[in-house]
Amino acid sequence: MPKRIIIDPVTRIEGHAKISIFLDDEGNVSDAEFHVVEFRGFEKFCEDRPYAEMPGITARICGICPVSHLLASAKAGDAIMAVNIPPAADKLRRLMNLGQIIQSHALSFFHLSAPDFLMGWNTPPAKRNVFGLIASNADLARAGIRLRQFGQEIIETLGGKKIHPSWAVPGGVRSPLTEAGREKLRAWLPEAYATSKIAFDLFKKTLDTHKKEVQIFGNFPSLFMGLVEPDGTWEHHGGKLRFVDSSGSTIADQLDPQKYYEYIGEAVQPSSYLKSPYYTPLGFPDGMYRVGPLARLNVAEQMGTPKADAELKKFKKLGLPGAVTSSFLYHHARLIEILASIERVEISLDDPDLLSNDLRADAGINSLRGVGVSEAPRGTLFHDYTVDRDGLLRKVNLIVATGQNNLAMNRTVAQIARHYVRGNDIPEPMLNRIEHGIRCYDPCLSCSTHAVGQMALVVRLIAPDGAIVRQISRI
Amino acid sequence: MAAKTLIINGKHVSAEENATILEAATEAGISIPTLCHLDGVYDAGACRLCLVEVAGISKLLPACTTKVAEGMDVSTDTERLRKYRRMTLELLFAERNHVCAVCVSNNHCELQTLAYSQGMEHVRFEYRFPKWEVDNTHALFGMDHNRCILCTRCVRVCWHIEGAGTKNESGRGAKERIITDLNQPWGASDTCTNCGKCVMACPTGALFYKGSTVSEMERDRSKLEFIVTAREKKQWIASE
Ligand code: SF4
Ligand code: FES
Repeated sequence: MPKRIIIDPVTRIEGHAKISIFLDDEGNVSDAEFHVVEFRGFEKFCEDRPYAEMPGITARICGICPVSHLLASAKAGDAIMAVNIPPAADKLRRLMNLGQIIQSHALSFFHLSAPDFLMGWNTPPAKRNVFGLIASNADLARAGIRLRQFGQEIIETLGGKKIHPSWAVPGGVRSPLTEAGREKLRAWLPEAYATSKIAFDLFKKTLDTHKKEVQIFGNFPSLFMGLVEPDGTWEHHGGKLRFVDSSGSTIADQLDPQKYYEYIGEAVQPSSYLKSPYYTPLGFPDGMYRVGPLARLNVAEQMGTPKADAELKKFKKLGLPGAVTSSFLYHHARLIEILASIERVEISLDDPDLLSNDLRADAGINSLRGVGVSEAPRGTLFHDYTVDRDGLLRKVNLIVATGQNNLAMNRTVAQIARHYVRGNDIPEPMLNRIEHGIRCYDPCLSCSTHAVGQMALVVRLIAPDGAIVRQISRI
Repeated sequence: MAAKTLIINGKHVSAEENATILEAATEAGISIPTLCHLDGVYDAGACRLCLVEVAGISKLLPACTTKVAEGMDVSTDTERLRKYRRMTLELLFAERNHVCAVCVSNNHCELQTLAYSQGMEHVRFEYRFPKWEVDNTHALFGMDHNRCILCTRCVRVCWHIEGAGTKNESGRGAKERIITDLNQPWGASDTCTNCGKCVMACPTGALFYKGSTVSEMERDRSKLEFIVTAREKKQWIASE
């Protein structure tokens, strides 16, 4: 008799991930579902509010990536005003986004994932966390914490507040970089480069010891989507969208992100609170695509900065003859994006425009619908607002990275489970691997940053008749 | 003008004959929490934050509208008053939808500042979560009734300083609201001169410059007093 296994929330206090693993008659894994339990009333809650309040409101959606929502929301506001924001404002927003990429990727790599690389799957979760990392490799842990601090300092220097800055506004930004702020940020650069190198060295060793993980942690064909410049250079806050398939060929290019609804559909899955977006020309679920660092590097032809470009070349080799399809290599992609971001921060700090006071375009309501798109660390983020003539919101649609990667996360869990589930048992090392499989995507759930770096998981094995054969909770 | 002598918090204070307790206290450097009071316009006694105790009178009296009297013994900071002030603030918060974290006036709000200074740690009353609208029809300003505390400052500056009489009150109790003209959308008002004094006067985020984002509303209320002093005393005293 086929069965299913579930990993489930028991409490919402720290956030949690719930995973169902479906078994067939032979007791082998047939499928898996990663259910995201996230608050979905948000879009409704914003209705009737003035659109200009949205950057500040949406920055509260998520305590983990407020900056990304802030920037996408401000952009949607620009579109409603139908303005071109002052060049200095665009450069400043970009600088903040780079800070966000650095801090978020540093957290994902050093705090959340490095303990797994260094300590192995059989180390109990109580030790396999950032504290364990501090105990076993204090220098590495400290370097990681400092790199994250650098990213946060960029955000704080601009936005004035580490968490929930409402600095980006429709039409531009509220304040420039100061000369003192610029020098303070510049002083971080040598250390940031050095830490980036440490991370690459560590990951190179990890690749040698984790060949199997590269093979089975979410290694499957799919589409990849991300922003690129007209010449295919990596983008993070402008440009147009590109889709590539797993052979590495571009199947659609320079798509206007503001018209995402012409080529992205959203399937609603009853088992999850998230919508599953797909590339409409291929239908659902064939049009499934991945977003985030791995996807951005698959769609980009070059990073646009010398050090990151050298690393991108090596990265691309891992996928030859096609795209890089293993989600385990999201980690690798993150490191390249950190490096590219540091290089871009360095370049932008020399730009006198950042000190300009021409920062905000002024306009009324000139378009009743506005879409703002930006690359959040975890993937492409869409804010789509419809307003009335007075600028009050009538409809809000948000497409977040974790939603777009949801199907890929399901497949990743199924692939890992298939290798390790035998019969009705859920061995602890498998739980650890599944946890890491999800962590590759760095999903923006509070569970992904559980207090000690361990996810609150509930896994259930489920029989074909729906009976739960086994449930393991790890809170 | 004859002076009156009274006692505030045990301190002997002299005040002008027609002064209010609030004016006498302010003059003597004693601060009394206020919310609906606004320098430059007449008082309405609407918020009850400024309540004080007067020896021999069991009722609490609003300092902003009660005149001083010879020998009056006033206390402005007793346990009983602190309790009432906290309760008044809690009721104000429970009545409409004050979500500081996403408000245009966050960090520059008189209601929020008072809640902090009066030690309001939580609201013991059930929030009513009414569904009030936002009037964004005016070209320059917006009004979010969810954040209005009905202090009527906007009404008073509109009538008393600008003289336009656009802002008015309608309804009673929980249904009371600020209206423009005879309850038209603000943008359709024939009387509004677009002067923005009401926006300057508002203590919360209820009135705002259109397009304001979270925490962005900062108001310069001294302008209002400046205009009144200039008009009534022919003195143009700009504050620093
Ligand atoms: S809109 Fe502002 S000034 Fe007018 S009554 Fe309401 S809170 Fe007071
Ligand atoms: S300030 Fe006196 S009642 Fe409001």
